[in-house]
Amino acid sequence: MSAPLRVFLVDDHRLFRAGVRTELGPEVEVVGEADEVAAAIELISERLPDVVLVDVHMPDGGGQAVIEAVGRLHPDVRFLALSVSDAAEDVIGVIRAGARGYVTKTISGAELTGAIVRVADGDAVFSPRLAGFVLDAFAADPSVPAGGTVTFDPELDQLTPREREVLRLIARGYAYKEVARQLSISIKTVESHVSAVLRKLQLSSRHQLTRWASERRLL
Amino acid sequence: MAGGVAGGLSARFGIDANVIRLIFAVLSLGDASGFALYLLAWLIMPRQGETVSIARRALSDRRTLALGFAMATLLGCVLIALVALGLGFVANLVWPVSVGAAGLVVVWRDTSDDEKRYLRDAVEQGSLPGLFERRTRRTLVGRVVIGAVVVLIGLGGLVATRHPNGASLEAVVWAAVVVLGFLVVFGPWWLALARDLAVERRERVRSQERADMAAAIHDSVLQTLALIQRSSTDPREVTRLARAQERELRAWLFDGRSPGSFDASAVITLAEGVAIIERDVEESHGAAVDSVVVGDCPLSDELRALLAAGREATVNAAAWSGADTVSLFAEVEPTRVSLFVRDRGKGFDPGAVGEDRRGISESIRARMTRHGGTADIRSSPGEGTEVELVMPRSDGQP
Repeated sequence: MSAPLRVFLVDDHRLFRAGVRTELGPEVEVVGEADEVAAAIELISERLPDVVLVDVHMPDGGGQAVIEAVGRLHPDVRFLALSVSDAAEDVIGVIRAGARGYVTKTISGAELTGAIVRVADGDAVFSPRLAGFVLDAFAADPSVPAGGTVTFDPELDQLTPREREVLRLIARGYAYKEVARQLSISIKTVESHVSAVLRKLQLSSRHQLTRWASERRLL
Repeated sequence: MAGGVAGGLSARFGIDANVIRLIFAVLSLGDASGFALYLLAWLIMPRQGETVSIARRALSDRRTLALGFAMATLLGCVLIALVALGLGFVANLVWPVSVGAAGLVVVWRDTSDDEKRYLRDAVEQGSLPGLFERRTRRTLVGRVVIGAVVVLIGLGGLVATRHPNGASLEAVVWAAVVVLGFLVVFGPWWLALARDLAVERRERVRSQERADMAAAIHDSVLQTLALIQRSSTDPREVTRLARAQERELRAWLFDGRSPGSFDASAVITLAEGVAIIERDVEESHGAAVDSVVVGDCPLSDELRALLAAGREATVNAAAWSGADTVSLFAEVEPTRVSLFVRDRGKGFDPGAVGEDRRGISESIRARMTRHGGTADIRSSPGEGTEVELVMPRSDGQP
């Protein structure tokens, strides 16, 4: 690896920012931090980091606002969402806004560094919980309302059996490497499956995606 | 004045707005026809920057039309009754006042939103410009003087109309004038008082909420923080406490369950059952349990057996594997429910296990097969262990 990855932290908890700074490995360098949405948008636009670690929950619109604003101006900046909350609609919200992954704040420093490298490479980072949310959102048979003419795009609105398999293994706690070995495929293939799922999650107009969060307990 | 009609007319015909205002004022002096005309103009003329007049909007709003019509006829009847009872001077007012009132109703209901906001502000400050504004001494004096004059006029009228053959209608009218005078003087204070009471009530509700919140946080978070400080030398214990607290707060914030109300006997769905396993194993064994549940369904006897087997597997992983994290994944599908328990601990050779371990894995397996499910235990030394439990659903429906 040549120059370290340039990382920017957006979180309204100073303690947490300090903790992340000390935990990150030598592969990454923190080039700035912000504790509120407006300042974050300005500083990120100025410093153009490779990866932005952004907290899902903040005043004034949270991580989603930052991702949407910066994403419009600088599509090259990549985002990794961090949260303690795991409320499904928030997580799906930041992913659909453009984050390339989601991890919980209890993640270890080494794992976080790995996730940042992966996001910088253009891959997606799915925590077990996010994989579970996605499986939930793309439940096996889409409930098309009777008589309704829902525009259903099989390319975007459904997961392939292979993608489903990969997500299940991730939800079961498998690392990408272990998923690859279990399915006898390469890590690159695993990564491309996960990226495809991320794309579907971001682009699908499946009406359930917006509604399911409140209903998923009723399956 | 209020609707910007004069300004609009002056812009249209090139006459000074004040001249138009004067015309309206003069027309209003004799009877109230200036008032009525003004309201009609307000209804018909579109607002600057808008293409639709209030009248056009009102035409498609039957309710407003009905209300306006009712208002006009009601006022008309009242006024005509007054005329019939001998108050001759009211006669001129009948049509302008009733039409004007109906117009006001329509204006109020069908103006555009920002005009409505403007009107509300104007009303809050007092409809007589300058008179009801609070906090300035001059307007206060003005208000008191005007109110006092109105009261005096009313009292004077009352005295003058007092004839021996009993109460007349005129006396009632004069009494109303007295009341109006008092309203002018004291009305704003009463309004302010009512507003203050509402604010105070809201404040009290808010502080009540704050007290509840403080109590909940004290019972949970502060207690846990104290425990963590006392056991800071034992990292495993600290992790256990922090995880338990995190889970409890999460349940409180996102599922609306109050801290400490997590009752195992009330479990009715699979997801709740998995949450209980997570909590119990973390508390009794100190290993972190990461659970992910996809879908949910009510518990049947088979699924209770599945959960019981899953609990055994989770306890095993936490107690024996040496791993500090156990992953728990449950998925509800239309025809079956699967549960995976995985750890990255030391693992074992399934072909050569000791008597005690075999006993445990057999109890998991036996429990599953008894209810028609399957259990698959995969492990090898150094690779960790995964237990896969699958139970078909007897209720069949998703």
